[in-house]
Amino acid sequence: MLKDITLGQYYPVKSFVHDLDPRVKIILTIAFIVAVFLGSSLWAMIPITAFILLSAKAANLPVKLLLKGIKPLRIILIFTFLLNLFFSAGETVLLQVWKIRVTQEGLMLAIRFSMRLVFLVTGASLLTLTTQPVVLTDGLERLMSPLARIGFPAHELAMMMSIALRFIPTLLEEADKIMKAQMARGADFESGNLLQRARAMVPLLVPLFVSAFRRAGDLAMAMEARCYHGGEGRTRLRVLKITHKDYVACAAVAALIVICVIIG
Amino acid sequence: MEEAILQAKNVSYAYEEGEGLAISDINLSFRRGEMTAILGHNGSGKSTLAKLLNGLYIPTAGTVTVCGMDTALDDNTWEIRKKAGMVFQNPDNQLVASIVRDDVAFGLENIGVPTEEMPARIEAALRAVGMLDFIDRAPHMLSGGQKQRIAIAGILAMQPQALILDEATAMLDPKGREEVFSIVEKLNREQGITVVWITHFMEEAARCGRVVVMDGGHIVMDGEPQEVFTRAEDMRRMRLDVPPMVALGDLLRSRGMKISRDAMDIDSMAREVLKWL
Repeated sequence: MLKDITLGQYYPVKSFVHDLDPRVKIILTIAFIVAVFLGSSLWAMIPITAFILLSAKAANLPVKLLLKGIKPLRIILIFTFLLNLFFSAGETVLLQVWKIRVTQEGLMLAIRFSMRLVFLVTGASLLTLTTQPVVLTDGLERLMSPLARIGFPAHELAMMMSIALRFIPTLLEEADKIMKAQMARGADFESGNLLQRARAMVPLLVPLFVSAFRRAGDLAMAMEARCYHGGEGRTRLRVLKITHKDYVACAAVAALIVICVIIG
Repeated sequence: MEEAILQAKNVSYAYEEGEGLAISDINLSFRRGEMTAILGHNGSGKSTLAKLLNGLYIPTAGTVTVCGMDTALDDNTWEIRKKAGMVFQNPDNQLVASIVRDDVAFGLENIGVPTEEMPARIEAALRAVGMLDFIDRAPHMLSGGQKQRIAIAGILAMQPQALILDEATAMLDPKGREEVFSIVEKLNREQGITVVWITHFMEEAARCGRVVVMDGGHIVMDGEPQEVFTRAEDMRRMRLDVPPMVALGDLLRSRGMKISRDAMDIDSMAREVLKWL
């Protein structure tokens, strides 16, 4: 079962958004987040929602998939909504039960804040659903590379990320194996209070760490045997190219920002 | 005399200064196109030897040369590793990228192959190991044998002269073992790649053209498998077995049946025995 996990949530179809340069997509995602914060009124939510739906269409993604990203956040979402609903200052009382009252301002605030959260998550999902993790790390490396001149380890960071991506499933599988082995010897991971359960994790974590270090040693040796010597003089398999599609996407996001600023 | 691709002259190696030698005073050379098995039980120094052959370790004494280049010189390091590729034991711990294509490209990126040349070299390497269909797959979804074949493809893409496999089949099931061995055999036969096959499986050693037996950091036997395996007593003393078919041949010969010494696998043994029935 653990073998089936796919990393990230990449949705492999061909589309306009999939074809965009990862660097452009990363920057546009950030720009989109800025737009969400600029458009603070309820009216601004209409163009933002329209933008997300259009992007999903351009990305060939079912909207259901985008909404799935919100699911893990539902508790925070409900919490944010209720908190703002009941505890904001306001004049126009809509509903009053005993000492708790719901004001019109509170309701507006609650909707705005929770919608903002939804926008942020769907915006980020749009990026991860349409970009393979390898490509994403490539894009990040390229974006950070100007910082390398002032000593920022851009290549090393990207390499670490891609190695982490490669080894997460391997380590998960191993954790599963160790857990079963310990359970077969009578280890109990499920009962007891929090402290007891945390202590039960020790026989799982110690072998996992030992093996992770051993793997790291092996991998370093294998990388050296394959001539790895840092980012210097390295060529890349993937070439990133900005095409006219990227300009179209930039224009669309710029338009959204302008609209959000105007609506306020 | 044919050209020696890998050569060790009076090589000794100690992991720590003052400690015992893992390899002591070894002289060994591998000719172009040869397929050699290195046998030895744990701690015999066979893995250490492998790592000396592509400059991962530098000899404490003596010299190792790869295509004439001394591994002790820093300037040669990357050129040497390009010429003598290495595959390790654990299939999980030598793949770097989360997509097969990117993993095979890793070595090419390191040695600065131009981007335009990469796809063709990646595809050729994957085709040679029969894994072209898996180019867009994630390594963690593959079997052990398949992962080792990807690791071999990653080396092949760099177009090496020699392939050193350090117990590459030790962690595989019998099917994966056969898969990997026959691929390497084919590469040796068809592309003339020099192979150093380190193993403790006798059946595999019997299929190589030459067998070198190591014990306690020394080379104790070196020759064709037929020669080496006739010394069954010596082999047992070094805690090594002879391949089962060789042992059977010995037994039958001692009972007076004339069985050829070349019969080292099941098929040829069957043919030999059928002659007597």
